[in-house]
Amino acid sequence: MEAKLTFKEYNENLKQGRLSGLKCSGCGEVSAQPRLICAGCGGSQLETMELKGGGAIQTFTVNFVAAEGRESEVPYIVVIVELDEGPWIMGNLAGVKPEEASMDIMGRKVRLESTTVFAGDKYSAGEIARPVFSLV
Amino acid sequence: MRKVVIAGAGMTRFTGKQPRTAIELFGDAASEAINECGIKPKQVQALFMGNFMGDFEEGQAHVQAFTADYLGLAGIPANRYENACASASAAIRDAFIWVASGQFDIVLAGGAECATKMGTPLATRTFAMASDSRYEYAAGVTFPGVFAMLAHLYAKRYDIPLETLKNQLYQVSINSHYYGARNPKAQFHKELTLEDARKSPVVASPLQLADCCPFTDGAAALIIASEEAARKMTKKPVVIAGVGQASAGNLLSQKEFLPRIRSRELAAEQSYKMSGLGPKDIGVVELHDCFSIAALIALEGLGFFPYGTSGRAVEKGETKIGGKIALNPSGGLKAKGHPVGATGAAQAYEIVRQLRGECGERQVEGARVGMTDTLGGDGGTLCNMILRRGW
Repeated sequence: MEAKLTFKEYNENLKQGRLSGLKCSGCGEVSAQPRLICAGCGGSQLETMELKGGGAIQTFTVNFVAAEGRESEVPYIVVIVELDEGPWIMGNLAGVKPEEASMDIMGRKVRLESTTVFAGDKYSAGEIARPVFSLV
Repeated sequence: MRKVVIAGAGMTRFTGKQPRTAIELFGDAASEAINECGIKPKQVQALFMGNFMGDFEEGQAHVQAFTADYLGLAGIPANRYENACASASAAIRDAFIWVASGQFDIVLAGGAECATKMGTPLATRTFAMASDSRYEYAAGVTFPGVFAMLAHLYAKRYDIPLETLKNQLYQVSINSHYYGARNPKAQFHKELTLEDARKSPVVASPLQLADCCPFTDGAAALIIASEEAARKMTKKPVVIAGVGQASAGNLLSQKEFLPRIRSRELAAEQSYKMSGLGPKDIGVVELHDCFSIAALIALEGLGFFPYGTSGRAVEKGETKIGGKIALNPSGGLKAKGHPVGATGAAQAYEIVRQLRGECGERQVEGARVGMTDTLGGDGGTLCNMILRRGW
């Protein structure tokens, strides 16, 4: 067993606007986060791939109460997107005013528009990138 | 495997900010449990203690060793369990297994938390540490946010208009406060009106403050003993008839299974199988209503109602005392409070008191079998217990 994609590589790629994933040679399951073993079949033959960034919104929330250090960000929309390749990913949504977001956006097609970086705080291990989607 | 019982149970009043330490709170809960067994503290052979965030609350990691010493138990093995909100339940389950194995006869298990010492911003930050720091927190998700997304998904999946679901969720919280007001140890002794619920601020849409459990300080502890050892301690031993525990990856990894919680269904299956009992046998349940929507999801995952129908069941009164299943007569996490690392033990405390018939005006008459359900993180840990009268 050998890690084909580390968090550092994934995170650096995402900062550059590239979404990395892993595809299982055994069952074809795609993961949008680094992992050692396939969640679908338990196989260890995973290959890196680039995810295209297209998908559909599965669910969302508009967050009004921030965690310590992120007070200036609220309100903001958090979305879970099912990527066209299959896996689910969490990010933010641009182009929709948080006050106007409703369940109508669920099921809407989105594409990866950009990435932004959570600068990290005294508890986190450095910068962490996240995808920002926009409605297609 | 030997038969294992809960011989004694103790719990502090759950509160908002208060001056005492987690060790002292646990000491109070342990004293109640030990005293009602009529044993000496020195007879306890091991301590299994849930504690989620002592590191941030009091600058105190490794609290279990100092807790053992505070109780005069220095020398015994002492473990801390960090399974997010399910910490105490994981501790109790392990106590069950160690006693069942014959390794120990008497174990003290439970948990303590002083979450309010952090204040809301830091507590919101540290609670979010129980979701995935790499793939979830960067997007700014908080715990209300996790369950808010499940609420939207629930409405969509089961084709329930959001307004209808919101009204059902208000009723969940109203019921919790009704019972909490009748539980002397609950954090909130105030009933919640529909008007107040509707007016409460939005935390993470669609969830409002009235949908969210509070931050809480408190502790709860149980004496877990072999049936034989317990004979000298109590006339009303509560048998641990079944336990279950399961894990899951982050919320994203659970994808199409959501809004169901796979780890709950795996754990419940274990509990039902071990006990030989099913949902129809359970008269009272203390389940993980950290948010109102979480109660609906849990009622269905445990098998009490078909998927997508528990909100209607709540509106029809089927989850009240005297209904199909008595839901959270303690007031639940919503009104009793949620001192994270103690919550599972507090759930078991309520079931023990219910089975013994000691709950006064919130008593579920004739309760013979009860169940606990504790969810950690966004489903990363799930523990159940089925408890029944042993007399």
